[in-house]
Amino acid sequence: MAFREYKIGCMMFGVALSTSMFVTIFLPGLDISAIGSTEEALKKQLTYGWESGFNYYDPFLAGKDKPIKVTLTHDPVTGKKIDKVDAYVFKPGTHFPNGLTHENIMGKKVLALSNSRGHINQASEENGGVFLVDVDAASGTPYVEFATATKGWSVDATLKAADQQFLAGSGKTMFIREGCWWCHTLLPEETQDWQTFGRPPVTGDFNGESPTTFGSDRKAPDLLHVGSRNSSREWMTMHFFNPRLVQPHSIMPRYNYLWGKTDAKGNVIDRQKWDREFMAYNNGETAYPPEVPEPAPDSDARKLIDFVLNLK
Amino acid sequence: MLKYLFANEEDIPQGSTALFFAFSSIAWFIIGTGLGSFNAAKLAFPDFYHNVYWLQFGHMRQVHVHAVIFGWIAMAFAASMMYITPTLGNTKLWSEKLGVWNCLLYNVGLCLALALLWSGMTSGREYSDHIWPIDLYIAFVMVVPWALNVWMTVLNRRTQGIYTTNWFFAACMFMTIIVFLIGNLPEFFHLTGLNEAYMTWWFAHNILGLLITPVAAAITYYIIPKITGNPLYSHRVGHLHFWSIVVFYSTPAAHHLMSSPLPEWLKSFASVEGVLILVPAIAYVSNILLTMQGKWSMFIENIEVKFTITGVFLAIPLNMQGGFQQTRAINWYIHGTGWIVAHAHLALLGFSTFAEAAAVYYGIQVLLRRKLYSSSLANFHFWMLLIGFSLYWVSMTIAGLIQGAAKIYEVPYIDVVIAEHPYMIVRWLGGTMVFLGNIVWMFNMYMTATAGDHVPEGRQPAEVAYTR
Ligand code: HEC
Ligand code: HEM
Ligand code: HEM
Repeated sequence: MAFREYKIGCMMFGVALSTSMFVTIFLPGLDISAIGSTEEALKKQLTYGWESGFNYYDPFLAGKDKPIKVTLTHDPVTGKKIDKVDAYVFKPGTHFPNGLTHENIMGKKVLALSNSRGHINQASEENGGVFLVDVDAASGTPYVEFATATKGWSVDATLKAADQQFLAGSGKTMFIREGCWWCHTLLPEETQDWQTFGRPPVTGDFNGESPTTFGSDRKAPDLLHVGSRNSSREWMTMHFFNPRLVQPHSIMPRYNYLWGKTDAKGNVIDRQKWDREFMAYNNGETAYPPEVPEPAPDSDARKLIDFVLNLK
Repeated sequence: MLKYLFANEEDIPQGSTALFFAFSSIAWFIIGTGLGSFNAAKLAFPDFYHNVYWLQFGHMRQVHVHAVIFGWIAMAFAASMMYITPTLGNTKLWSEKLGVWNCLLYNVGLCLALALLWSGMTSGREYSDHIWPIDLYIAFVMVVPWALNVWMTVLNRRTQGIYTTNWFFAACMFMTIIVFLIGNLPEFFHLTGLNEAYMTWWFAHNILGLLITPVAAAITYYIIPKITGNPLYSHRVGHLHFWSIVVFYSTPAAHHLMSSPLPEWLKSFASVEGVLILVPAIAYVSNILLTMQGKWSMFIENIEVKFTITGVFLAIPLNMQGGFQQTRAINWYIHGTGWIVAHAHLALLGFSTFAEAAAVYYGIQVLLRRKLYSSSLANFHFWMLLIGFSLYWVSMTIAGLIQGAAKIYEVPYIDVVIAEHPYMIVRWLGGTMVFLGNIVWMFNMYMTATAGDHVPEGRQPAEVAYTR
């Protein structure tokens, strides 16, 4: 049957939609990609690793395939005292973040310095290694240093010499899996959050991070700099086990299940009993609340607390 | 329905696909709003069921959002398209068999997708939370066959032109597939940083703007003229609506990230384009309301018109709110507060749900040629939805304004949490009314299918009197 084919309409539709995508995807993409990593971005990438959401290497979001952030006050090789420094340890096989592998994400200047001074071109995922973030004093350009090549710091020696190990990379996976970002944002707003939640990020601060989990509904404090407001591991531990323990009006869910079956000493955690004792305390029948168990070193709770405390 | 999976195409009664989708959508509506109500209870009383780890807020919130968007809204759209497209083309659905399979695999896929989300397997990106294998399943098993059925039916039409509703349907299915595949590029190709954040909202914005808004509008373009008997007020204004949706609604994605460090030009551009969405919005609302001329009594008497027109009325504050909340002067105040949650529910639970509910009410009656079982129950459902929604919207809007004020005065955050508490409770009560209303709806539709009075050939359900 002879009917209208709407040729012009279909063509116009194609033109309109393509133009729209050109302006709203292609151009912003070019613009955003032209900006190199800031120091903040380099640190974040080296802390969080390749991907924190679902991915082939960690399909169940258990926090696998992640680097470990350590603080050092002694040189792992010589054992001499050094200025306190953060190092990022990638065990062999851990995937590198995009910044280390993509020139445009790191930015031309940053990459040039990282290669010439940091020797990151010698790093490989199979062998792993230890990374540092430095800033070139003259130009202010940040760069990544591959300490395994420049200083001979090996993975094992660095882990052994570490004063503290932060499983913040695995913790970010927990943050995503447990949906903390439905209540908390990781983005102090540009207009009015300076005073309360700290410095809003700048464009280059996100390079290589995935997912960024800004959060769109804020029902709770912004967490981007929470570690500088509150650095007490004890408070965090109690707060995650039951937020009502330290903040009676909080609507934050309890995360006591992230402790797993046993605590740091290997004792079985009896949550029912804990609840009964907590209720007794709540009703004024006992003077002190029950003790919060210390999370085991490989528990999800430990990873999450490390992540939060690391948000400076 | 399942017996048609392996039947010959000719043996499958026309409308089977639409019915299958329609009843599935109501079921998902109940499930989705039930989950919503549960989440709301958690936000009001955080220790509600705290010992059941499966029921953690952080695991359930996205399940609610995807159950209502993919389960209720999208399936109600599919149901509407599966019967409206052939009717307007004066033809049959291209393939009922494909349709029945599509619906089955849609339900299976959605159960799987929600189960994975529930267990915490997520991409960590709002609205595109599904992991990429599920994204591919959604695109190629759930959406492409559906689109194919719509497109082929339009191509096989036996009318010369294409009525407004059908161009919207065909174009929106195309745009949905494009938006879905492009919006998920960050996951397919591991894009990172601000590009990833921006693409996440490009996806979310365009799924709302190029699927949900226009398809809900297209449905009302069919229901109102069909039931009132008035021709659409203006085909030209319909054109204006369509083209301005394509041009203006596809561009302001960045207005969801006004407080992030995106390039300034992009935010300004988005803000201007966002105000321009008022063009399609006003064109659409005036077109429908003018179509009602002389038939306003049906707004009171006829349940489908009542639902549709209420939805259209709700589109007015929705778009006004949208247009001004994304300007820089105002966005900083309400961004990320309960105000946005209220806006989201005004859009999806208000405007679009009311339009779709009408299409599902009407579709089940004409497909089965049975009169709606009970008008009292239908009115009960209507009022439960409207009052429940209003409680939700008012309480969350107030909560949002409180949160906004707290941004200026920099009060300790816990004071905000305390101040919001009563509104959280009201939201929970309102949302629960919607959930309960939906259970009544399912009962009413089930009784319609089994015990509704027969509508004689060539007659409209509206022409038959109610007995209950
Ligand atoms: C239902 C919403 C909700 C969820 C989900 C939630 N929180 Fe909270 N969180 C709050 C509220 C409300 C507060 C403020 C009151 C308080 O201190 O408990 C808070 C406070 C905090 C604080 C202290 C902030 C400060 O400024 O001192 C931290 C840290 C925190 N949450 C981390 C998390 C992490 C990590 C998760 C995920 C495992 C999480 N929250 C999930 C609501 C939530
Ligand atoms: C003139 C029209 C509209 C404009 C300009 C507009 C603008 C906006 C803006 C700026 C936001 C984000 C606010 C923020 O977080 O700061 C938003 C959120 C939202 N809008 Fe609209 N809107 C409009 C109409 C609609 C319509 C028609 C729908 C759907 C049918 C809709 C659905 C939503 C949803 C669901 C959200 C919540 C997103 C989230 O999770 O944060 N809006 N809108
Ligand atoms: C068809 C109906 C509904 C649709 C389409 C819908 C859709 C949505 C959407 C899109 C969001 C995300 C909002 C945002 O991020 O801004 C959301 C969140 C939510 N919805 Fe619904 N919803 C519906 C009904 C309900 C009902 C009946 C309730 C019951 C109270 C409810 C409770 C909630 C809650 C508690 C949240 C979380 C809000 C938050 O995180 O602050 N919803 N819903």
